[in-house]
Parts: sequence; C-alpha cells; structure tokens
Amino acid sequence: MLSRDQVLKIARLARIEVGPDEALHLERELNGILAMVERMARVDTRGVEPMAHPGEMSQRLREDRVTEHDRRAEYQAVAPAVEDGLYLVPKVIE
Amino acid sequence: MARATLAQLGRELAAKRLSSVELTREHLARIERHDARLNAFITVDPDKSLAQARAADARIAAGGAHPLTGIPIAHKDLFCAAGWRTTCGSRMLADFVAPYDAHVIERFHAAGAVLLGKTNMDEFAMGSSNETSHFGPVRNPWDANAVPGGSSGGSAAAVAAGLAPAATGTDTGGSIRQPASFTGVCGLRPTYGRVSRYGMVAFASSLDQGGALATTAEDLALMLGVMGGHDPRDSTSAERPQDDYALALGRGVKGLTIGKPRQWFSKDLDAAVARPILAAIERLQALGAKVVEVDLPNQDLAVPVYYVIAPAEASSNLSRYDGVRYGHRAEGYADLAGMYAKTRAEGFGAEVKRRVMIGTYVLSHGYYDAYYLQAQRIRRLIARDFTEAFAKCDLIMGPAAPSAAFDLGARKDDPVQMYLDDLYTIPINLAGLPGMSIPCGFDARGRPVGLQIVGNYWDEARMLAAAHAFQQATDWHSRTPPGFE
Repeated sequence: MLSRDQVLKIARLARIEVGPDEALHLERELNGILAMVERMARVDTRGVEPMAHPGEMSQRLREDRVTEHDRRAEYQAVAPAVEDGLYLVPKVIE
Repeated sequence: MARATLAQLGRELAAKRLSSVELTREHLARIERHDARLNAFITVDPDKSLAQARAADARIAAGGAHPLTGIPIAHKDLFCAAGWRTTCGSRMLADFVAPYDAHVIERFHAAGAVLLGKTNMDEFAMGSSNETSHFGPVRNPWDANAVPGGSSGGSAAAVAAGLAPAATGTDTGGSIRQPASFTGVCGLRPTYGRVSRYGMVAFASSLDQGGALATTAEDLALMLGVMGGHDPRDSTSAERPQDDYALALGRGVKGLTIGKPRQWFSKDLDAAVARPILAAIERLQALGAKVVEVDLPNQDLAVPVYYVIAPAEASSNLSRYDGVRYGHRAEGYADLAGMYAKTRAEGFGAEVKRRVMIGTYVLSHGYYDAYYLQAQRIRRLIARDFTEAFAKCDLIMGPAAPSAAFDLGARKDDPVQMYLDDLYTIPINLAGLPGMSIPCGFDARGRPVGLQIVGNYWDEARMLAAAHAFQQATDWHSRTPPGFE
C-alpha cells in the first residue's frame, strides 16, 4: 500500500503538482491499480527471459550520413517562448 | 453516397459519376448536421479539405488516380498533419499545430485521399470510453446514452454515423477493436511493425500500432494497403513487403481452422454477447472452416501486466511535455521545476496523471524488478500461449469486449473495472499480434456486438479474407444506426 507521503513523492518524481484533495483521490486510485496488478507476484517466472518488445528484431543499421535537415524555425514556431533560436526557461543558475 | 463503401466510392469517382468536391461537401454537411450531438470531431477545416478535394478531382481527370483518390478520410487526432491542430484529446496539446506529417498522413496524401478532419479520442489514447478527452465525451450513434468505446471513439462514431467513409485509429490495448465492437463497424489493428509510428503521438511504444476503421473488411484491406509498409524513420517498422490484401479477399475460409480459446468463453462474458459471437463462428464453420478449442492459460494475467508496462512506457514518453518545446506552459511559477510541475498539473487530465504516476512508481528504484521485470517475463508467457495456440489453428476468434457498449458515466468512478473490461484485446497487444473486430449482432438493448478475429504475425490477409467471407454471407456490417441512414 502506498502512503500519502509516497504518493506525493511519486508526484514529485513525475513532475506533477498535486494538491491535498487530489492526493487523497490519487492515494485511493493508485492503490486500487496496484492491488489489481498484485496478481503478477504469484507467478513463477524463474528462467523466463523478459520480453521488452514484440518484434525482437535487432536494431537496423544505417549509413553514417546526415538525413535530417535544419528545421529549427518550423519547430520553434510552436514553442511557448524562444529567442534567437533558443528555448527560454526560468533561470536555473544564479 | 454517404453510406457507400470506399470500394464503391472509388468506382463512382473513377467513372466521373461523382466528384471529390461533391463527396467531401456531403460529408462536411453530415458532420455539420450531426456532430454537435456526437462530438466525434475535434477539428474540421472545410477550406483545407475542399482544396484537397479539388486537387483530387484534377488528378482523376488527368488519369493516374489511386483507388482512394478523392475519398475523404478522418484521422484520429494523434496523427500529426502539417498545418492541422493535433491535440491528442489533451489540454496539453490543445493549440499544437503539427509542423510535419506523420508517415500515415503522408501515405494517404500520396494516394490522393482527402483529410476530412481530426477525430476525438481519449486523452493521449488512455481510456476505453472516450470520456477522458479534454474536448468532451463522444456519443455512440446507436444510443446517445452509450459510450462509443475508446480510445479511437471519435473515429468509430464517425464511421458508424456515416460522417466519414473510413478513419484511422491506433490500438495500444484495444483502442481500435473495442470501439469498433461498440459502434458496429470494422476495425483492424495490424501486426506490430506493419504501420510506421513516425508522427504518431507516442503512448506506449512497444504496444502502439496504427490501424483503420471502416464499414467492411474490403475497405480495411484498401486502408491497410495505403497505411502499411516499411518506413526507415520508425526503427520498429518491419522491412517486409506488404501482401496484396484486396487480391487475397476472395480466398474464403474453406480448409481454415478457427481456434476458440476456452478462457474467452467463461463466466466473464455476457451471455447476450456470447450468443452472436458463437453464431458467427458457426456461420464460418458452415462456410467451410473447421473449429477447434485452444488454450490461453495466462490470459488472466494480461490486464495486470499491461497496467505495469503501458504506464511505464507512458511515463517515459510523456516526460517530453514540459512546457519548453511545444504544448501548454503554465503561468506563475517560482523556478524551472515549478514550471514543469504546474504545466503538467494543468495540461494532463486525471487518467493521464494516474498512469504517469503508476509508471513512475513501477520504474523507480527498489520496485523495478518486482513490477516492471516481472511484467516483462509474464508478457513472454502470454506471447508463448499464442504461439502454441497457432500451432493448432490459423485464426483465433472470440469476443472483442465482455459486453456491448456501457452507459456514459457508468465506469467513471472505477478505473480498475474499466481496465478489466479490456481482457480480450490486451493480450494481442502484449504479443504484438494483429487483431480485428467485425460486427456480428446486437445485445438485448440493440447495442452492437463485435467478433474479434486474431491472426498470427503478418497474417492480416487471411484475417481480412475470413471477415470478407463472413460479410458476403451476412449483412450485420450494413446495418446503420437509426437517424444516420
């Protein structure tokens, strides 16, 4: 069972601001989901290789040459705040 | 012509008995008339659509048209289309105008199809009822009190109501098959890797696959022929040739072995749903197929496994929504961490937050082995069950959902119950197999029921041929909801 403090810690890790009311709901809902997931614990999977991906293909190699051209102006046109080709964020280092 | 199939429309357009502009106008008018009630579309842009229709008419006049040239197609609002708003059903992307086309959009554009509009969906494709959309729920054309299913609920409702002749969707845990079942249309989720995910907004990358919704198996064959095929920009796109799905339709079901999983016809299944599904399988038997029972012993672990793997992948994929490069950015924060946290608190709805947080937890230090690795090990057991079952049969058939469409609001306060309802679709995504749903009857309240057809890897042609044979012998696929004739 997740405690209220654990729920708030997960929210911090997930970078989602959570208010006191929301934390109350989330505690109940997340514990409900984890209780459903708990059924997995009973399964003996010793010796079973984890399956990360359905294809299980090896990664394809490509020639080492430039395939992307510069589309900075188009991509930055949809950004919340840019200046001189740079993305603007609040000051990180004083 | 609102109720014609893609195949019929293609013939009318080629013979110049119909123009793309006329056809597109007719569908735009149907959207205008019905969509205030259904809410199947998030964005419609008649000027842009009609410009494409005029270009299609010119192409037909010049010769060299593709079977889909001039036909309006609706796209789930998570396929990026240059110059079109691509919202993913989220406040986070409510004003995001895509700067480029998804591979799927490029392919339809190259075929000369007209982009009719962007359809409503559960936020970031997380949901099974279309109620998690920031743009409001979609109503089921068969019953305004019922959900259309999700997450491709807008696409399913649009096709069922004849607002669009066909639409694209995506299926991560059943998001094409379940809404197809709930709205009485045909839906196909291809084999993982068949359709490029380039430009398709990511939810759970090892499970996501683009596909189509239409009124017949023949139309799905046309859609897959356009959408499928190798794309080097998606590293999981398969380098294998497409089959000629339309040509394979006539193969029929003679000599085919259909596997009926014992675990799918248990007490979890509503009797009103089991009846038409069993009748459909008997019908296929009468058409020459053989039916055998098969076992999927780890079936009941699929939903728990999915609710570890999908949220884990989602928490990673959705970390990109930080208010820096695109999408919503909150106002009034103290520092960078505060900007991220407030942006994501405002931009994401409740279901997305739940899943991102579950994913963050199962991937965190100390829990990774017990949850994430254990889920991946059981995923292999589930995939193996199918390999063993397909040693005994060619196709697996059963329900797409345990009941017909439920009422709006019925599952809203109980997310876990909604998750458990996806028990027949999720195993297919975990294994990476192709699956489809085709209409095969109605429940006691007159809500549609879908037959799920699962194929072995890359065996879409055989699935489509079986569905086509069924549709040549029955007329469930041509029933239309009252008021949408």
